[in-house]
Amino acid sequence: MRLRLAALLAAVLGIFILLPSASASAETTPTPSPSAGGAAPQQNPIVEGANITVTLKDLNEGKGEPKPIPGVTLTVLKDSKTGEELGSQVTDQSGRVSIGIPGNGTYVVELDPKTLPSGVKLSGAGATTKTVQVKLASSNFVTFPVGARVIEKASKASEIVDGTRDGLKTGLLIALAALGLSLIFGTTGLTNFAHGELITLGAILTYIFNRGVGLPVIFAGVLAVLASALFGYLQDRGLWRPLRRRGTGLIAMMIVSIGLALLMRSIFQYGFGGSTRTLSEYVTQPRNSYGPIDLSNKEIAIFAVSIIAITVTCVALMRTRLGKAMRAVSDNPALSASSGMRVDGVISSVWILGTALTGLAGVLLAVQQQVNFNMGFNLLLLVFAGVTLGGLGTIWGALVGSLIIGLMVELGPVFGVPASIKEVGALVVLILILLVRPQGILGKAQRIG
Amino acid sequence: MAAEISEARAALAGVSSEPGASKPDPIVTGSNITRTFGGLKAVDVDKIEIQRGVITALIGPNGAGKTTLFNLLTGFDEPDAGDWSFNGKALAKVPAYKVARLGMVRTFQLTKVLSKLTVIENMRLGATGQRGEKFFSAAFKSLWRSQEDANTARADDLLQRFKLDEKREDFAGSLSGGQRKLLEMARALMVDPELIMLDEPMAGVNPALKQSLLGHVKSLRDEGRTVLFVEHDMDMVRDISDWVIVMAQGQIVAEGTPQSVMADQRVIDAYLGAHHDTDITNIDLAELEQEAEAELAAESNEETPS
Amino acid sequence: MDFGTIIDAAFSAAFGPQAIVFALAAIGLNVHFGYTGLLNFGQAGFMSVAAFGLAVTVVTWDLPFWLGLIVGMFAAIVLALVLGVPTLRLRADYLAIVTIASAEILRLCFGAVEFKDTFGGSNGLTGFVRPYQKLNPYNDGLTLGVVSFSRSDLWSITVGWTLVAICCLIVWALMRSPWGRVLKSIREDEDAVRSLGKNVFAYKMQALVLGGVFGGIAGIFHILKQGSSVPTDFNTTFTFYAYAALLIGGAARVLGPVVGSMIFWFLIAGIGSFFSEATKGADPVIPNWIMQPDQASLIRLILLGLGLMLLMIFRPQGIFGDRREIAIDGR
Ligand SMILES: Nc1ncnc2c1ncn2[C@@H]1O[C@H](COP(=O)(O)OP(=O)(O)OP(=O)(O)O)[C@@H](O)[C@H]1O
Ligand SMILES: [Mg+2]
Repeated sequence: MRLRLAALLAAVLGIFILLPSASASAETTPTPSPSAGGAAPQQNPIVEGANITVTLKDLNEGKGEPKPIPGVTLTVLKDSKTGEELGSQVTDQSGRVSIGIPGNGTYVVELDPKTLPSGVKLSGAGATTKTVQVKLASSNFVTFPVGARVIEKASKASEIVDGTRDGLKTGLLIALAALGLSLIFGTTGLTNFAHGELITLGAILTYIFNRGVGLPVIFAGVLAVLASALFGYLQDRGLWRPLRRRGTGLIAMMIVSIGLALLMRSIFQYGFGGSTRTLSEYVTQPRNSYGPIDLSNKEIAIFAVSIIAITVTCVALMRTRLGKAMRAVSDNPALSASSGMRVDGVISSVWILGTALTGLAGVLLAVQQQVNFNMGFNLLLLVFAGVTLGGLGTIWGALVGSLIIGLMVELGPVFGVPASIKEVGALVVLILILLVRPQGILGKAQRIG
Repeated sequence: MAAEISEARAALAGVSSEPGASKPDPIVTGSNITRTFGGLKAVDVDKIEIQRGVITALIGPNGAGKTTLFNLLTGFDEPDAGDWSFNGKALAKVPAYKVARLGMVRTFQLTKVLSKLTVIENMRLGATGQRGEKFFSAAFKSLWRSQEDANTARADDLLQRFKLDEKREDFAGSLSGGQRKLLEMARALMVDPELIMLDEPMAGVNPALKQSLLGHVKSLRDEGRTVLFVEHDMDMVRDISDWVIVMAQGQIVAEGTPQSVMADQRVIDAYLGAHHDTDITNIDLAELEQEAEAELAAESNEETPS
Repeated sequence: MDFGTIIDAAFSAAFGPQAIVFALAAIGLNVHFGYTGLLNFGQAGFMSVAAFGLAVTVVTWDLPFWLGLIVGMFAAIVLALVLGVPTLRLRADYLAIVTIASAEILRLCFGAVEFKDTFGGSNGLTGFVRPYQKLNPYNDGLTLGVVSFSRSDLWSITVGWTLVAICCLIVWALMRSPWGRVLKSIREDEDAVRSLGKNVFAYKMQALVLGGVFGGIAGIFHILKQGSSVPTDFNTTFTFYAYAALLIGGAARVLGPVVGSMIFWFLIAGIGSFFSEATKGADPVIPNWIMQPDQASLIRLILLGLGLMLLMIFRPQGIFGDRREIAIDGR
């Protein structure tokens, strides 16, 4: 029996500004073709959100292809071997387990040697535990190779499927916020740099209603959207309307919004602290397979909610009186005013609708990942990119642009963009498209003279 | 000089008054110029020639495409198709600033004075070939001082001629609408253009000032420049123009001397509007309203900041 | 509560190296925004390419320091050219977004693990300052009353303020010339300028390069005074702060950005130090239930945001600016 086993644990933890996109990585043990011990599950999907994912493989002393080892039990514990158990799983046919974790900290991964196939031993000193330090730095994609090279590589096709799923999800979240931004820009001309903070507001309010008040997440989310809408109304009444009355220029207003962004962000940090926190429910969820697509229940909910919200908004803008008024003001404020429309009232409604949509983006983002004082600011540039790409101020443009940006971000890594800087691809595309169409994809050219 | 002018005018006498008629000595020629906005054909000109050394008026109802044609000819907008040339030089794809340097300078329907610069600085900006406008010599005053003084002297002459000398040190933003029109015209003259294109120079100018403006425009011709101007005021057109081109719905519908054009039934139809002889009560109000709105929309498009 | 500490903090920040970095960056922004009306929100990008141009040349490629300076400045110029071609045709608001995006692309790339071998990852690069420090003629720090500067700060201050003076001189000489007049006219209405036969694109490009070079100088000075080149220093927030400094002093004024940066840092450091003093110790002046020591440093940011809003609303021309002259009413 040539049994010299290399046991390697590699945990990869993917957290990223927009969506946790979990990633798999390698691990190994050597040995003769394991006769699938016990009840090895068909497939353990990678858990949504922060997770530790381990793949066990038999390195076979470097001879031939490494083979996955199914049927081995692995347990993740908090802090130490005696700490709280966070989850235990049996490796699937691909030798993989994926266990969700709540956030930053030290974790211990324990392998039950009794479940190893006979003849397989762990390599080195035969240690059955590995300690993993997890740091969810804002946009870092952290890898902790605990031994060996990363072996597992998903097939290109499944990478594309996963990337498209994540891309659409990101794109929809961006689209919600972008729709808000675009509505406000369209009617008032304001390039609102404080828009990211409206996303954060939605998320933090959800956290407060959930953890502070103790409401279920769904309730908390609904309240947060309503509160965001109220805040939008107050913001317009208290700040922007008086500025419009004074005839403050658009660039001055834009700089005011930069000040407001800084103010709000600092207040969030003051009250909420610099840490990243989770809601009480739906933090980690396994994904189920639907044909080729893996989706967790909360992802399905996010898709559903955002698509419904966007559709309802668009239909409302097309069909209702108020919607028509909004589009009229957005096309031509002077004419609308002169034809007896209450422009101020319309703008108020736009702020309410815009901030509600943006708040909803924040709520969904809080469910999707975690809550942080700076999450909206980190997303702002992508929201701007989506809106700009579509052509500033056009509703359809904002939608199309956001989806393109979302897909670019998530599919970029599949086509060679380094994963740690996957936003770069989307931003480069933004610049390239503006090179060809300076007014954005759906924007109108301006009249001269 | 005067003989020359009447010669130029006399040359026009033999020109047929068909739309797009050939001129004996054209400074600008263009053919098959089209420009569409969405579904709207704003300009669709088969042939246009502008005679050198005379004053040509371009008239037509609102939205006829006059300003758009100006934009196309001067490189501020790109046509979907078409060729045109100035002094024999083809201008398709030539950027606006080069067109201006060739000697074809235009003013804008909505005046574009630089309101946060003084009147005299506005004027100085117009001068061409300034050494001080080159990055590497700008920092050294001795390199450009004498040229600047010469330009200032020329600017002061022009200001005096246009009765703006009292406003010399005022911010251009403080000028009245009519004064802005004057300033813009004077500033265009600083470029020393061969062809000057004025987009509604008289709009919003009071009658007294109008008279002196008319004088200025005529004096431009007397200096040997060619003038092309857009105007809605028929009295003025009749008064000073040597030739009139009529546009409607993007096309040139008629040409000729002022007298012949104003007697032309097609012009009356196109310009005075289809309604001018209809009983007012029979006009479809909804249609009128629509027209008015389209026009307003077009106008505020120009102004809407975005 | 020790007022000496607060005064020291405020004054040494106002005259210290950090204010110089801001002044240099803001002088560049003044050329872009103040005079030409270009809304460049990517000044941090110009700083970062110049800084990493120097650091990579010296540390990664092991080439001489002076060559690094040339590479750094060259990188800033190239960035201006590359950025200018697509963006200068854009409307002001598009330009703002594209420049932010570019600066972020650069920052992310400089900090990426994939390029760690070249740019040093998120920790950045160190070990290029020795030639700069060797030139330090001072033997000792300087203490003026309660305000004190260390020996190396004193050297940075000397170099820095000299650079600021030279940059201001250049801006002054250029902006009184016909060249400056063209820029100011472009700020007002570029179509009018075009109709007079000026190549607007070329002028905007020259302005972008000039302001970018000032930004590059700021970036290089920043890493020299600090001893390391760290990607996160060059984030968008920096550019926003530099705008705040410029607007405090007054845009389109030669000394506006300089005075603005000094005031900015005087206030930031003074307020920061005040609240950290006020929350310090066992029995702080401000009780802990209102403000923890780690919250103290946030107060200045809250006030900064508020201050920027109020400034733009009530005095957009800043302290020295002339309201009639600034590009604030524009699109
Ligand atoms: N940038 C643009 N986008 C869309 N439509 C435009 C644009 N510029 C002009 N148009 C349209 O083209 C048509 C011609 O406009 P133009 O300004 O040339 O008319 P005009 O003859 O100058 O009218 P007026 O006498 O009122 O100045 C109008 O219907 C106008 O609405
Ligand atoms: Mg017109």
